[in-house]
Amino acid sequence: MLRAALTIAKKDIYSELRTKQVLGTMIIFAGLVILVLSFAFDPANNTTKAVIPGAVWIIIVFSGILGLNRSLVSEQRNETMHGLMVAPMDASSIYLGKFMANFSMILIVEIVSIPFLFLLFDFKITGSILYFILVLFVGSFGFIAIGTFLAALASNSKSSEMLLPLLLFPMTSPVLIGVTQATKIILTNMEKLSTALSWMQLVAAYDVIFFVLCFLLIEYVLEV
Amino acid sequence: MIEIKKLTKQADNKLILRGIDLSITQGETVAILGQNGAGKSTLLKVLATLIKPTSGLVKINGLDLKKDHIEVKKMFGYLPHSSLLYDHNTPLENLVFFGNLYGVKDVENRARKLVNDVGLSFFINEPVKNFSRGMIQRIAIARAIIHEPKIMLLDEPHTGLDQGAITILNNVVLSMKEKGCTTLMVTHDFKQAAAICDRIIIVKNGKIADDFKINSQSLSLVSEKYQVLVEGGS
Ligand SMILES: Nc1ncnc2c1ncn2[C@@H]1O[C@H](COP(=O)(O)OP(=O)(O)O)[C@@H](O)[C@H]1O
Ligand SMILES: [Mg+2]
Repeated sequence: MLRAALTIAKKDIYSELRTKQVLGTMIIFAGLVILVLSFAFDPANNTTKAVIPGAVWIIIVFSGILGLNRSLVSEQRNETMHGLMVAPMDASSIYLGKFMANFSMILIVEIVSIPFLFLLFDFKITGSILYFILVLFVGSFGFIAIGTFLAALASNSKSSEMLLPLLLFPMTSPVLIGVTQATKIILTNMEKLSTALSWMQLVAAYDVIFFVLCFLLIEYVLEV
Repeated sequence: MIEIKKLTKQADNKLILRGIDLSITQGETVAILGQNGAGKSTLLKVLATLIKPTSGLVKINGLDLKKDHIEVKKMFGYLPHSSLLYDHNTPLENLVFFGNLYGVKDVENRARKLVNDVGLSFFINEPVKNFSRGMIQRIAIARAIIHEPKIMLLDEPHTGLDQGAITILNNVVLSMKEKGCTTLMVTHDFKQAAAICDRIIIVKNGKIADDFKINSQSLSLVSEKYQVLVEGGS
């Protein structure tokens, strides 16, 4: 099952690296968000540092939606999704493969855009980089796990571009609330680390539950 | 090999298949004829496990379509209307990808050989999106047989093919038959049906209207029966 999932993920990432369509859009979008933020909030002013933790997640959420939408709609041309569905594997392999591809893409966007954000705002991390990476990981995992599932659900509809954000925000808000709180603490105020850790535990638990649920339910979503 | 009993399929309050009973033995080459909208493609989709039947029983080699779906899917080579190919990938990449999903050994050589067999070795590294309809269909045929299926489900495989490609396709079906492969082929091309099939099934309104064996290329028998059942009898 893992082998099939890896094959699918590899195919997606490989063709993305060649066309650079989706990844390019995501990174340009992230860059634009950062630029607009830097116009709106004077980077020289110290109080603007408070918007950074939020900005990190704005970038992830919105560029994430761009990628999620494409990842399943792209399987509709020539009905290649049917090709995957008649191949000898479980529907959950398709989910796992798509999840891995989307997760790698969002990680690439984060690796490119977050250092850019910090540089432009001249932001010095006073907290812990290690915890910051951890919270990014936990948050992106949950967001992409749920997002991949909902993208599959929405892709059967004609208005999937609109449907996906509408479904995604209520479902991922616990993840997003938790990780923005944790990020704020980790980046600026390490004294309250224990609060951040309990937020992260909560998000991690939510991640695991939803990942397993999506994994089991995807079969009914992909049915023609 | 294939046992279908009282198979029905309902979609949007409309019965598409109304009780199909069919038994096909290994090595048979069966042509499925019938008007547009008769339910031929739906029947193949149910077999290929793309859609679930509403009621009825389908057994493949004694295996259950749902419970043993992985084993069953390995046996099928499915060629629907659409090509199931990734546009911006080359024939080789497409075939290697699907071959890997089926766990084909030495997949790259197998893919190269198939591209060669369908006569497109010059285009092996061109993206599929630049291909003509017939060229895409040739690659789609190669895709369907990359894992050497035991049962081929072909949905109007002759559309868009030139004379050379029709010969290639017929040879594929005949040489697979020699290896014991069973073929179900939806077609509107009576000539091809009579040339390569040894049994004809006529589907009408989601039911099997006629089911008969033909011996060597009796084209007139096929069109006669079809006319009586479908055009005259409705
Ligand atoms: N998903 C669906 N929902 C509703 N009706 C469908 C669906 N798929 C097919 N049909 C209807 O079922 C009938 C049979 O379709 P099909 O099996 O494609 O016919 P054909 O014999 O031409 O291949 C058609 O009338 C079609 O409109
Ligand atoms: Mg059809």
